[in-house]
Amino acid sequence: MDAIVVDGLRKRYGDVQALDGATFTVPEGEIFGLLGPNGAGKSTAVRVLVTLTQPDAGAATVAGHDAIREGGAVRRAIGYVPQESGVDRRATGRENLQLQGRVYGMKRSDLRRRIDELLEIVGLSDAAERTVDGYSGGMRRRLDIALGLVHRPRVLFLDEPTTGLDPEARVSMWEEVGRLAAQESLTILLTTHYLEEADELADRLAIVSRGKVVAEGTPNELKSRLSGDAVHVELADGRVEDARRILEHVEAPVETTLADGRTLISRVPDGGQALPTILAALSTEGIPVASVSVNRPRLDDVYLHYTGRDFATEDRGA
Amino acid sequence: MKTLRDTWYMIGRQARNLLREPIWIVILLVQPMVWLLLYGQLFKNVTRLGGFGTTSYITFLAPAIVVMNAFFSASWSGMSMVFDIERKFVERFLATPASRLSLVLSQIVRSALTAAIQGVIILIVAAALGVRVHAGLAGWIVILLVAVLVNAAFAGFSQGIALLVRRESTVIALANFITLPLLFLSSTLLAQAQMPHWMRVLSDFNPVNWGVRASRGVVLPGTDWGAVGAHLGYLFALSVVTAAFANWTFRVYKRSL
Repeated sequence: MDAIVVDGLRKRYGDVQALDGATFTVPEGEIFGLLGPNGAGKSTAVRVLVTLTQPDAGAATVAGHDAIREGGAVRRAIGYVPQESGVDRRATGRENLQLQGRVYGMKRSDLRRRIDELLEIVGLSDAAERTVDGYSGGMRRRLDIALGLVHRPRVLFLDEPTTGLDPEARVSMWEEVGRLAAQESLTILLTTHYLEEADELADRLAIVSRGKVVAEGTPNELKSRLSGDAVHVELADGRVEDARRILEHVEAPVETTLADGRTLISRVPDGGQALPTILAALSTEGIPVASVSVNRPRLDDVYLHYTGRDFATEDRGA
Repeated sequence: MKTLRDTWYMIGRQARNLLREPIWIVILLVQPMVWLLLYGQLFKNVTRLGGFGTTSYITFLAPAIVVMNAFFSASWSGMSMVFDIERKFVERFLATPASRLSLVLSQIVRSALTAAIQGVIILIVAAALGVRVHAGLAGWIVILLVAVLVNAAFAGFSQGIALLVRRESTVIALANFITLPLLFLSSTLLAQAQMPHWMRVLSDFNPVNWGVRASRGVVLPGTDWGAVGAHLGYLFALSVVTAAFANWTFRVYKRSL
């Protein structure tokens, strides 16, 4: 059965078309990633699925319930870990978990056991009686995740689970999420703008750009759809058009020019073989090269391929 | 049922946070004490003007200070809603089965209960200064009920504004805008008989004055229970109206998400 079905969601905020017909499906038990730069519409999609936001058009089903018409049933079935956590900072970790469990109508004794269990799982047992004010960023994020799991949901939404964490905390959070998915037999939908995170965590992912899903598949499938290597050539001067013509000539057609205005990216069957030819041709024409690199397909190449835009530039721009 | 239970849980959270920083309770009592102890002494001869129903200005003033305090604290009670919205506390609970109404009601009830507790303390200090509540225990209950209703009526309004504008500065500006006019258009500090005619007419429509008249009515001898009951009734009706307003603005806020 499918845990999440999203069909043609549209949502507009003023001048911004946050969702523009987003469509994807998440089977039960999967960790599914929505990958895209800041402002791509990932969080809006999640907010529609957790019933916070009403879409302008389209349909969404979560855990077998219509997310637009059966909000109450959806809310009981899901856990939501928002981007900005919303914990009560003046309360302790345990008190936050208690309040969360109570609004789900959990029995006192069951709730106490569940809280102890979750505190153990996320490694906050020792900090449980301290107020959240004194928690580190990583601890706060682990508490957020525990809050989303108190009532044993079937589907968990993680909106940017590691944004703002240092690299070490991020890696330990990845381990945490992977372990939880297995232990609690959860379906997880997570959004991220970290390519490594999507690569590392998601069984399958959808690449989101400007409110649309532009590609969907396992990280390996998406990468293998791009044959060959990407050759990045950074020119020492701005003769981009000349260089482009030369590269076309040596059968290294230029896929795009990066936003810095002097880096060209070509996709070739074998980067190692093509590189000397490319450099020789540029040097013959007297175009100086500042740097070159050959890259195996990565998710940012996938993004570039499907949107024609550079991921890092888009992420900064939004 | 679910609404009442969730409201109770949310109030529990706020009460706990308040008790965790008890310094707040002291800070919140400084202002009414200044009015009672300093202002009350400064103007103690004002009763010679007549029409106060007593020669003791502090007896005249104390029940009104309970009302004024309830009104002042209510006028900025929306701040904690703005804070909870900014901190995304409200959003987190909107994605749970928590009753929507409880998120608004708990703010109003918390505010009103705080006013009642402060009211008790103000009355105890007043009693120590020799103020006698003529109607006895029933009088104390009426005064605290007035404090709860005046506070709830204005807290509902403040919550509603907070949900519409979602900015601390606007909530404070509005509080400043309404508090002094409504204070001076009431008989809180001066007998109704000493007010200019036009102010006396306006004060009949001032909910703060409804509260002052009801609470003062049970402190001074010759309580007119019909008038006390009527003023309590007006305040209750107004509380229902502003709570409904707050609930409606909560829906507006939700639609904006």
